[in-house]
Amino acid sequence: MARIIVITSGKGGVGKTTTAAALAMGLAQRGKRTVVIDFDVGLRNLDLIMGCERRVVYDFVNVINQEANLNQALIRDKRCDHLYVLPASQTRDKDALTKEGVGRILEELSQIYDFIVCDSPAGIEHGATMAMYFADDAVVVTNPEVSSVRDSDRMLGILSSKSRRAETNDEPIREFLLLTRYDPARVESGEMLSVEDVQEILSLNLLGIIPESKAVLTASNSGSPVILDRESDAGQAYGDMVARYLGEEVPHRFLHTEKKGFLSRLFRG
Amino acid sequence: MGLLDYFRSTQSKGSANVAKERLQILVAHDRAARSRPSYLPQLQREILAVIRKYVDVDMDAVTVNYEQEESHEVLELNIILPDAGRHEL
Ligand SMILES: Nc1ncnc2c1ncn2[C@@H]1O[C@H](COP(=O)(O)OP(=O)(O)OP(=O)(O)O)[C@@H](O)[C@H]1O
Ligand SMILES: [Mg+2]
Repeated sequence: MARIIVITSGKGGVGKTTTAAALAMGLAQRGKRTVVIDFDVGLRNLDLIMGCERRVVYDFVNVINQEANLNQALIRDKRCDHLYVLPASQTRDKDALTKEGVGRILEELSQIYDFIVCDSPAGIEHGATMAMYFADDAVVVTNPEVSSVRDSDRMLGILSSKSRRAETNDEPIREFLLLTRYDPARVESGEMLSVEDVQEILSLNLLGIIPESKAVLTASNSGSPVILDRESDAGQAYGDMVARYLGEEVPHRFLHTEKKGFLSRLFRG
Repeated sequence: MGLLDYFRSTQSKGSANVAKERLQILVAHDRAARSRPSYLPQLQREILAVIRKYVDVDMDAVTVNYEQEESHEVLELNIILPDAGRHEL
């Protein structure tokens, strides 16, 4: 049985797709059979971030409508054998994702894969609720900023009340916080909420802190998940996140600005 | 750190702090609203309708409050009766 992980947020544009791509790639690189599904019907872009947009033939909605089978729609990643992508469709009809259809496909994928990563659209609209409903684990992606933190708290309310696990009185969804676009310099100067501030409000299991990084844009430009860029701070932070998700104890990094250089120390800058 | 930087940083220290304080209030408010039973608005409307059968109260005379205490829940009902000058129906 696969573990179903939803990558969610209340506010849009916080880094869910970046995270879904990194998590899926990271799990697959560790030998876990992984599939990543784009639930953002109509606004698909996971395929772009994964760099497989030109290989999309069928999509998630085609499979739900039984116009194609899973094997026809799944795209095998060229960099990693254990990784598959199920792209979203460009159709504007969001209701195409029915609970029965999504449930049936997740069930089928569960037989084959170890992890199913669901890249959710933001908020609580239909596609997002479908991505959350079947989840075992949820990664709540949050930026250190008022509206994002507030919306994350709202998502927690929904995760704990409107999921399959809540409806069947099963063990609740495991919720994790991932703080992204963290800028230590701005935190140190008091302009940005710190990880401690956010934790004081949300008090969730902290899966990682991803620094604001130029590497993310570079990665998306070239269609290569940033976790593959091992030189970069964001790539390493995502690597740590995957390790923590799998239960390893890894200290948090990239929380502070780099130590001052020789010159500024000399002048007691 | 230069003097100017020092002032800048103490000044902006405020902005993250303000954000945190506002968030604490907002989130507490949101959570209280979430834990409130969903029947409250309907309950409030029906109680108001019943009271208005007997007493000519204002439309906003009835408020229903719900609070979660440690071991029990408190449902608080507040009805503002009209001034003595106004008569029963
Ligand atoms: N750690 C980061 N550092 C710098 N830029 C980032 C970081 N994470 C995400 N971004 C940028 O933020 C933008 C939004 O990222 P992404 O598409 O992953 O967000 P999303 O939550 O999936 O958005 P949506 O809600 O629209 O689906 C992108 O331009 C991405 O490059
Ligand atoms: Mg996205």
